[in-house]
Amino acid sequence: MTTAALDHGHDAHAHHTSLPIDNRKLAIWTFIASECLFFATLISTFMVYRDSTGTGPGPKDIFEVPLVTGGTAVLLFSSFFVVMALDGAQQGNRKKLLTWLSLTVLCGLFFAGMQVYEFWHFYHKGLGYSTNLFGSAFYTLTGFHGTHVALGTLWLATVLKDAIKGDLPPKKALNLEIAALYWHFVDVVWIIIFPVVYLMSLGR
Amino acid sequence: MATTVLEPAHAHVAKRSVLVDWLTTVDHKKIGIMYGAWAFLFFLIGGVEALIIRAQLAKPEASLVSPELYNQLFTMHGTTMIFLAVMPLSAMFFNFFIPLLIGARDVAFPRLNAMSLWVFVLGGLFLNASFLWGAPNGGWFGYAPLSSRQYSPGVNMDFWVIGLQILGIASLAAGVNFFTTILNMRARGMTLMRMPMFVWTTLITQVLVLLAFPVITVALILLMADRLFGTSFFSVAGGGDPMLWQHLFWVFGHPEVYILILPAFGIISEILPVFSRKPLFGYSAMVFSSSFIAFLGFGVWSHHMFSTGMGPLADSFFSLATMLIAIPTGVKIFNWIGTIWGGSVQLKTPMYFSIGFIAMFIMGGLSGVMHAVAPADLQQTDTYFVVAHFHYVLFGGSIFALTAGAYYWWPKMFGKMLDEGLGKLHFWLMMIAFNLTFFPMHFAGLLGMPRRIYTYPGGLGFDIYNLMATVGAFLLAGSLLVFMWNVIKTWRSDERAPADPWNGATLEWTIPSPPQEWNFAEEPVVAEKDPVWAMKRAAGTRQLPEPALVDGKGIHMPGPSWWPLIVSIGILVFFVGFMIKHTWAFPFGPVTIVGFALTVFGIFKWAYEPVDAHATHH
Repeated sequence: MTTAALDHGHDAHAHHTSLPIDNRKLAIWTFIASECLFFATLISTFMVYRDSTGTGPGPKDIFEVPLVTGGTAVLLFSSFFVVMALDGAQQGNRKKLLTWLSLTVLCGLFFAGMQVYEFWHFYHKGLGYSTNLFGSAFYTLTGFHGTHVALGTLWLATVLKDAIKGDLPPKKALNLEIAALYWHFVDVVWIIIFPVVYLMSLGR
Repeated sequence: MATTVLEPAHAHVAKRSVLVDWLTTVDHKKIGIMYGAWAFLFFLIGGVEALIIRAQLAKPEASLVSPELYNQLFTMHGTTMIFLAVMPLSAMFFNFFIPLLIGARDVAFPRLNAMSLWVFVLGGLFLNASFLWGAPNGGWFGYAPLSSRQYSPGVNMDFWVIGLQILGIASLAAGVNFFTTILNMRARGMTLMRMPMFVWTTLITQVLVLLAFPVITVALILLMADRLFGTSFFSVAGGGDPMLWQHLFWVFGHPEVYILILPAFGIISEILPVFSRKPLFGYSAMVFSSSFIAFLGFGVWSHHMFSTGMGPLADSFFSLATMLIAIPTGVKIFNWIGTIWGGSVQLKTPMYFSIGFIAMFIMGGLSGVMHAVAPADLQQTDTYFVVAHFHYVLFGGSIFALTAGAYYWWPKMFGKMLDEGLGKLHFWLMMIAFNLTFFPMHFAGLLGMPRRIYTYPGGLGFDIYNLMATVGAFLLAGSLLVFMWNVIKTWRSDERAPADPWNGATLEWTIPSPPQEWNFAEEPVVAEKDPVWAMKRAAGTRQLPEPALVDGKGIHMPGPSWWPLIVSIGILVFFVGFMIKHTWAFPFGPVTIVGFALTVFGIFKWAYEPVDAHATHH
């Protein structure tokens, strides 16, 4: 069974919980609260330095809004897809689960691929990691978000592997639910990053 | 579940060696003891660093150590005492006692708990290993640009930047674990407002850890990028702003102060009622004042930065917010005094240290409020007055309370009573030596002695204060020797501690000393605060019968696991990889990739490990 990075101790033995929420679900919410501060600090740092372009390229020289808008749409849809997959898992509807979960993983791969392409493209347009502070802050923020997307995709792919093996019955749907909660969080952070980093930098 | 009386010789002897048993254990009590043992070792290392510092400063123009070594000593002393001594000593009590106080058999995530321990241990060893190459030398708050590559060219600050990231992982994992444990693993009937005060302050501490540590993690990542990957986040030459470091550091750093002191508040709030034979005075006021302190703790960080010239508006805001914290803190102090007031006071060693804590913490708190006054702070900042202040809250506060907790809970942890006579000798020596060490520093500071200088010219008026502090520091070390002698002496004795030596009020005193692996043979049910006093009242006795040992049939406990240790090693290798020079175009090399792969592999094996594979009890 997949518990991913989390351990579910002996609550598996029908241990009662004081609050009407599973330990693992409470833990992932707690972790997400902590992650909020992590991204808040990275986003603040970017906002401090977004105009520090020095002699290197700035937002207007490199950003390609259509591409990243497409990536954003894909990521947003993936949040919907994973909800459908979870519904399938909870109903014991194997076809629904496998279809939507595969689509979610594909979306994750697409988004991560888009970011790799974007980084490569920006690098060739002259924006290295240490070219200017705008670049450093941009790569650090979106790089950490991309790492979260990649790890989330790996996590969801692991749950997908279990589902294909038939090891994700409705009573284990929580294994998908906590991965999905993390996935929604990664998505929500991007909803902030996209306007703050791309749209607002261009509108200035 | 069976409660058969256990034959002494018939234990669940596992066929694993003692070493393997401790390396793979997921038992919160063993993990707690290891936290304590490692933290005490690091505490002694930090103490030796302090003694060398004091020996160097005993007289003017001394040359016992070089200025370079001196910088390493004070940086490692501060870093060690905060991250490797006080925090993990608190973690020892969280680990051992939170499940016992809430009536649980373990924490919510036992293997994650083991991982926190091992990441902390490896991170601590990594930081201390730096002495072989050159230890961190930029102060415990690593101010940029002093800590940047330009002004700290060696590997020294690399160890600091990477070591603190490793330790942060341990704290965050423990934060998630204990937050979940406290909210979700309480015994039936233990509502939030029936939780022992130590459980409350632990819960609030975890909230602070969860919200403050991500901020320093980002700050450390940015500084690491500056040092290793050529960015200039904090370098003026590259357009960076060193003030950003100070803000990020202190947004973490001030909540960190409460992370260090709130567990101490909780310990004191457990001890005072038991030794005053009275319930804690103003329980709900204590809960809300602790919460309020934590909330305000996120709004006062810039009082560490008055001298940077933030302007009158920011100075006024942070002055007022800081003064506001004196209110909930004062509430707590009056409640502690109210708890003792009119009680039937039992002057045992834990009570000595608790009363000592209140007195010393008031002094540290008062000099703290003095710093809140921005103009006064400009005179005090970066002088020995500040050094005196934070040692009154960290040593007079945290260490006194942790020592009180050690005497109070020792019998429960190890089944041995510490000696009262030696305990009181320990107290008086520590009390006198502590004040002899740190009180004169107030005067040295007000006379203008800056902190972090490796020597000073004679005749400026603070020679005598420095000599006093040095004599005090060595006496303080002597008081620790008394404690260690107490431990050794009582360890050797055959005398066993009873289950409830102090007429305790909380659940840990209903089970044998030391507790069996599953803590509670039957899961307790709680109907009010101070549940064990309620049981005693109901039974019309002051002493419940000694609980019998049981054989644990039918109790499911999680089995041991290697994966927490392996994942911890993976994390260490991952970070060490950043220190190794490589020629790749990317900001990481092969060692980092190996560490990452080991971590991911370990997490997979861990996630798919059957929980019951090694269960020893059926």
